Amino acid sequence: MEYLPNILFILALAAGIGFFVVNCRKLIRNIKLGRDEDRSDNKPQRFKNMAKIALGQYKMVRRPVSGIIHVLVYLGFVIINIEVLEIIIDGIFGTHRIFSFLGGFYDFLIAVFEVFALLVLVGVIIFWIRRNVLHIKRFLNKELKGWPKLDANLILYFEVVLMLLFLTMNAADLSLQLRGAEHYAQASGIVGAFPVSQFIAPIFENMDTASVIMIERAAWWIHILGILVFLNYLYYSKHLHILLAFPNTYFARLKPQGELDNLEAVTNEVKLMMDPDADPYAMPEEGAADEVPAKFGASEATDLSWAQLLNAYTCTECGRCTSECPAHQTGKKLSPRRIMMATRDRIEDIGKNIDANKGEFKEDGKQLLDDYITREELWACTTCNACVEACPVGINPLSIIMDMRQYLVMEQSAAPSDLNNAMTNIENNAAPWPFNQMDRANWINEI
Amino acid sequence: MAEAIKVPTMAEFMAQGKSPEVLFWVGCAGSFDDRAKKITKAFVKLLAKAGVEFAVLGTEESCTGDPAKRAGNEFLFQMQAVTNIEVLNGYEVKKIVTACPHCFNTIANEYPGLGGNYEVLHHTQFLKSLINEGRLTVEGGKYKGKRITFHDPCYLARANRIYEAPRDLLAKLEVELVEMKRCKTKGFCCGAGGAQMFKEPEPGNKDVNIERTEQALETKPEIIAAGCPFCNTMMTDGVKNKEKESEIEVLDIAEMIAAADDL
Repeated sequence: MEYLPNILFILALAAGIGFFVVNCRKLIRNIKLGRDEDRSDNKPQRFKNMAKIALGQYKMVRRPVSGIIHVLVYLGFVIINIEVLEIIIDGIFGTHRIFSFLGGFYDFLIAVFEVFALLVLVGVIIFWIRRNVLHIKRFLNKELKGWPKLDANLILYFEVVLMLLFLTMNAADLSLQLRGAEHYAQASGIVGAFPVSQFIAPIFENMDTASVIMIERAAWWIHILGILVFLNYLYYSKHLHILLAFPNTYFARLKPQGELDNLEAVTNEVKLMMDPDADPYAMPEEGAADEVPAKFGASEATDLSWAQLLNAYTCTECGRCTSECPAHQTGKKLSPRRIMMATRDRIEDIGKNIDANKGEFKEDGKQLLDDYITREELWACTTCNACVEACPVGINPLSIIMDMRQYLVMEQSAAPSDLNNAMTNIENNAAPWPFNQMDRANWINEI
Repeated sequence: MAEAIKVPTMAEFMAQGKSPEVLFWVGCAGSFDDRAKKITKAFVKLLAKAGVEFAVLGTEESCTGDPAKRAGNEFLFQMQAVTNIEVLNGYEVKKIVTACPHCFNTIANEYPGLGGNYEVLHHTQFLKSLINEGRLTVEGGKYKGKRITFHDPCYLARANRIYEAPRDLLAKLEVELVEMKRCKTKGFCCGAGGAQMFKEPEPGNKDVNIERTEQALETKPEIIAAGCPFCNTMMTDGVKNKEKESEIEVLDIAEMIAAADDL
């Protein structure tokens, strides 16, 4: 029975990590449902972007208030996770503060963890106030009604509870060390420095040792179990950005924002049309790529590229894109954030469908276009790239809008009639307006 | 002007076995739209004054395909692009200047993949280089000390990170430049991009150009400077909507430089 806690801990850890691995594999499978796209070029630049934007949070601080608090919470999260390593080793071997042999450096580490725990606590409370008390427009959009709002608050509650447990655990531990309790007290004296929890520790002064041990153990266990639960909550939550921000910034587009990729399949067709020597009945060359894709543009989440689907899973619904979008700011239905959320919801639904049908997608009578994203949203976009510029983790909502427009126009001829007129003009007289091409240089005589 | 400015075409250059220093890509707006034609003419006057040997394609120029591409019609875009590239490559064009950021973006970024590789400059960049080389001198003249705000075209500032050249030119004009809150890479669209110029806006509570005009008016400008014929139209409409057209002018930077010099 002596080793029961160790065994229970190992089982909990294995379950937590095992379930997380299962979810990760599901996530990767879903992302790979997207079409292929090469994002393997210019690796040094990609690493640089990841270091600057994800690791360095460089785009976050463009909005100083939320940006700086986010940096604190992010740093706290990363730094306090070093302590989780010690907790795991202690859990497996039943040791007490295994890293305490580091001596003064250990005291320094624990002190830093405590200070960051406090900063995270304060930061998270400010975030909660911003979301729930202050009327910040980007948190009030209708796409956040229901689950997204609850999700956002749950994440904050999780973090508050974890930080409080961490500090309680330390305070109880300090109290036990001070009274020389067995297992806690060490020959070298007090291990760890507790700049924050020393103010909580006095609460335990008048309690008997057994009760304090109970509190310490409870806080320790709930804290580590909470972390394992939180880890597995990620897949179901917008909070996935804490992991995906890294690959997403690495794989983000490197070209100028204004450049839209030229569709290769169209290039081949156009070249065939323009080349007087081309034989339209010729067999494709041996080894030539399949010339005509099944579909131009995107009407379904799986028509998008894996990079776009990664974008969708990375989105943490902060709404900076939407708050900068000129269409949205003038009351149009378009919200770039909703484009990302809808894309993620659709690819998730497709994934669930595949799981439910033994690995094969069963037609569900729905698609990304119309059932998740409306035409009205797509046509409201001015392609100004404000959303792309605003995103702190390199998401490109515009590329999804463009792919879906391509489907509407090239597969369905479903452009708004004014646009059809403009395009007909370009075809007939090489300008979007109905002017005669021969009048194009008339201005020369007007100087 | 004492003598009429000559605007030669590439065909004329070729007939003489010569090639110009730069091709001026006029664009559809610059060719057909009455307001934008004024920008075209102002820019041509500056080119002539600086002694630049330039040419236009004239009736051989056609839409770059930008609005078609942004509307989702990749076929039409590539048809236009390939046609244009054939003409440009036929004339062995190396350097292109244009007063339209949409043409600029398309030719600079999207034509190379289709076989069209040129050095492409926005007219503000080109004018700046002329000044730097001492071929063109600019003095404030009538704009000296005037309160001016500059509206960054999305396809110039955000899309291609060009926002210094127009500001450098405004500095040469010795204006008092007052920035809008949303400027440079954080600029706010005029509402014309993405082929919106050619369609009715989706239902909303305001037109994008009105919102942007209000942002510009907050700076209390005497002139709203622009660097794109479409932005120019949108902002001009916005100023009219606010019934401010008697107090506030919307001008392209090339027009301002030409007017400062009484061209």
